[in-house]
This record gives sequence, C-alpha cells and structure tokens, in this order.
Amino acid sequence: MSTAFDHPTYNYSVVRAFTIMTVVWGVVGMAIGVLIASQLVWPGLLADIPYLHFGRLRPLHTNAVIFGFGGSALFATSYYVVQRTTQTRLFSEVLSGFTFWGWQIIIVAAAITLPLGYTQTKEYAELEWPIDILITLVWVAYAINFFGTIAKRKMKHIYVANWFYGAFIITVAVLHIGNSAVIPVSAFKSYSVYSGAADAMVQWWYGHNAVGFFLTAGFLGMMYYFVPKQTGRPVFSYRLSIVHFWALISLYIWAGPHHLHYTALPNWTQSLGMVMSLILLAPSWGGMINGVMTLSGAWHKLRHDPILRFLVVSLSFYGMSTFEGPMMSIKTVNALSHYTDWTIGHVHAGALGWVAMVSIGAVYHMLPALYGMKPGQMYSTRLINTHFWLATIGTVLYIASMWVNGIMQGLMWRAFNDDGSLTYTFVEAVDASYPGWFVRVLGGAVFLLGMLLMSYNTYMTVRQASKSEPNSLKTDAQPA
Amino acid sequence: MDINTLRAFATPLAFIAFIAIGVWTFSKSRKKGFDEAANLPFADDDFDNQSKDSQAEDHK
Repeated sequence: MSTAFDHPTYNYSVVRAFTIMTVVWGVVGMAIGVLIASQLVWPGLLADIPYLHFGRLRPLHTNAVIFGFGGSALFATSYYVVQRTTQTRLFSEVLSGFTFWGWQIIIVAAAITLPLGYTQTKEYAELEWPIDILITLVWVAYAINFFGTIAKRKMKHIYVANWFYGAFIITVAVLHIGNSAVIPVSAFKSYSVYSGAADAMVQWWYGHNAVGFFLTAGFLGMMYYFVPKQTGRPVFSYRLSIVHFWALISLYIWAGPHHLHYTALPNWTQSLGMVMSLILLAPSWGGMINGVMTLSGAWHKLRHDPILRFLVVSLSFYGMSTFEGPMMSIKTVNALSHYTDWTIGHVHAGALGWVAMVSIGAVYHMLPALYGMKPGQMYSTRLINTHFWLATIGTVLYIASMWVNGIMQGLMWRAFNDDGSLTYTFVEAVDASYPGWFVRVLGGAVFLLGMLLMSYNTYMTVRQASKSEPNSLKTDAQPA
Repeated sequence: MDINTLRAFATPLAFIAFIAIGVWTFSKSRKKGFDEAANLPFADDDFDNQSKDSQAEDHK
C-alpha cells in the first residue's frame, strides 16, 4: 500500500482498507437483503436456481451485513480509535494485515459456501468448521493486536471506548469457540457436540450475545469515540460510562433464553432470561442517554451537520430497540410476537437504525481523516444529508411494515372460533402479509440507495485526495 | 457447602459488586483522572487541524 497519506505515528493503511470494505460489504449485504425481501413478495423470483434460493441467500445476507459490513466497521474503527486514544501505532503490522486479509477471505468463503448449501444450521454461526477455524485464528490475532496496542500506550488511562471494544473482542472469542464446538465428519460437514435443548441454549447464548457484544458493545465503543469527536466536546458523564460498561457486560450474557420462550427449554430458564432481559433496559438506556446528552449545549450543530445527525439518530433507534427488546422478552408479549415479522422488524430497528447508522456516521467522520483531510470533510456534505434522509425513511418503512405484519400474524394465528377451531389457516396469514412485505422491499431499497450514494461519495473523496497528492495512491483507493 | 447455597449467594454478591463499582466510580478523588480520560479523544486535535483541508474543494 502507498505511503502517500501515512500518518507519522499511526498505521492508517489497515484502517483505510477496512473502511473501504465496510462500504463495499454494506452495499453487497444490503442488496442481497433487498433481493430476498423481493423473493418473499414474488416467490417465483430466481426460484429455479437452487444456489439463489431464499433459504441459502438469507444466511448470506445476515453474514454479509453482520460480519462483512459490521465486522469491517468494527475492525476499522477499533484500530482507528485505539491508536488515536493511546497515541501509539498498532502493535503489529503483520497481525494488522493478517486480520484484514483473513477477515475478507472469511466473508468471501461465506459467499461461496452458503449458496452451495454448506451450513451448520446455527443462526449467525452457519459457516462450516474449516471457516470457523480461520475465524478463530483471525480473532486471536485481532485480540493480540488490539490489547498489545493498549499495553504500549503512553498515557495512564484507557479510554472507555477501548473498554467496550475490548469486551467485544474477548466475548466474541468465547462465544464463537463455545458455540462452534463440532465434530467434523468430512471437509464440509460437522455435527454439534451439544444435543437437544442444551444445543438450543448454547446457540442462543451465542446468538443473543452476538447481538449484545458484536452488534452492541463494539458499536458502543464507536459511539463513545465518534459522538464526542463529531460534537467537539467530551462525553456527558465519564462516570456514567463506567457504570454503563460494567452493568451492560455483566447483564447481557444472561438474556439468551428469551429466544426460546415456550420451547423445550426448562421454564425457570425462560423466566430467568426474561427477567435479565428486562433489567438490561437500565444499562442500555444509561448508555443511550450518555451519548445523546453529550450534545447538550450543542444541539444547534445538528442543523448543519448530517454526520452528527446520523450518530444521534442511531442513538434514538438504539434507545427504541433496547426498549422494544425487553418488552418482547416478556413471556406474554412473546406469545404474540414470537415467529412473526415483529421479530424481524425489531432486529432491523437495531441493525439499520443503530448499527448501520452509527457506522455510517463514523465512516463519514473517519474517512477524510484517513486520507489527510479534516475529519468529516467528505467530497459532498449535501450527499451525506440526502443519505441521512434515505436511511431514516428506509428504516422507518421497514420497521413500521414489520410491526403491522407481526402483530397481524400473531393475532391471526391465535384467533379461535367458539367451537375451538382456528379462525384462520396459516396460508391466510401469509396472504395477508403481502402488502407489508412489499413496503419492506421499498424500505430496504431506499436504504440501499443511500448506501450507493455513500459509495459514490467515498469514491470521490478518495479520488480527490489522490489527485491533490503528488505521490498519488491510486492503487490504494481500491484495496479490494 | 451445598452448591445451591453458593448459587443463592451469587445474587447478593452481584448486587454488592454493583454498589462497589458505583461507590468507586463516584468517589470524589477520581474526578481528575476521569476528566483526563474523557479528553483522550481530543489529544490529536492539533494534528487534525494541521491537515491539508485546502485539498478538498468545498462542496457544501
């Protein structure tokens, strides 16, 4: 990679590479999302091609957006934040490069094996055992690189964002190794070492903490750095951030059983999961309030700064979905919401509204700085603003249609006639879901359009930087 | 000791730990250190402001 924009102290080339790939996997993953949403509206779409069947593309969508888009955003921002808040270069060049290429190979391997039908059938842990081993190696390298950087820091304190990134790295390692324990029977087939309800519990201990640590703790680290930076003032309460950290990481780990309400899981375990999920509201909102209140006295900045708007609206969606989540974990509410589109709506309130928006805001802040310009100085601020509105409208269309669909499906499934027979057949509920599914395609497409604008803006920003720099880094512009 | 006794103690222990973290965090003597830590994201501001913002044509 070129040295034209290299920072005197920091390793920015790996951050640049991960940042570009954040945008690339974002577009790819969300495009697949729009495609599979369309397959639900038009079931004939690509139905004759087994590789492109909904059942195979759906895990590809989740893997591409969570691990491709979200994962690249986490690598990029954690490497950026840890260097800048410790004033130290990343621990190792070799490990940095290894984590980048290793992670990209993992995503490409997912894009090949999932359509071919290779899967462990565990949600968000579909990838077969050879890929799981590569994930483990990359993750250990990531941990050494991250904590090695912290160990050689120049100052006394470890900034709170790094605590969240650190908890995310350690916990994801434990979760991945625990849930991926399998006995291989061939190169691409394996069986879980757990069985029955225990297997389900391990899977959702993993699954919920993939949400809690991969999609929450890591992105809270992002929030604790980029919200203060973009606002230009320190976080509202550093003390609250410490209580937030310990409360969040000690509670999240217990919430998994709410994914298994009314199943073969012992009843007391379900109730425990419900109670822990309800308590989780407190630290979640503590963190959300801490982020939003950082703007107190600087609210006027929202009027002119679409990057800040991305960050603050992401916190609003975070607050909304972390309220909705505990409510849905209440067993009586779950009796209505479980297995309906409400769950998918809830996930996307978090995934589009929180995870994607905070990442997009962070990338818009970080990308120009990585190319030797002022943070936040993208090629076009107007395009960021348009992107902001497309992302917001797309998210609202998505979650509103899923609320309507979910509650309708739940009510139709539980409707009884006086004689005790079901009022509706299942297929009647499917038929009634079509309008909502169509609105979801619209919402997803609007969100994707925003990501395409972001790609253009990213390309132009990089090109502009390369042009004005005599030692152009044209090769560096597209590390893919 | 019965394992269930230990299990029963886990809840009050977690509660005590929570109170202890609260007391530690909000003790007055830590204020200075936390203020320093809270400003770590701005340690690089000088460098950012030196960067070549003239490079980018203004599209605002």
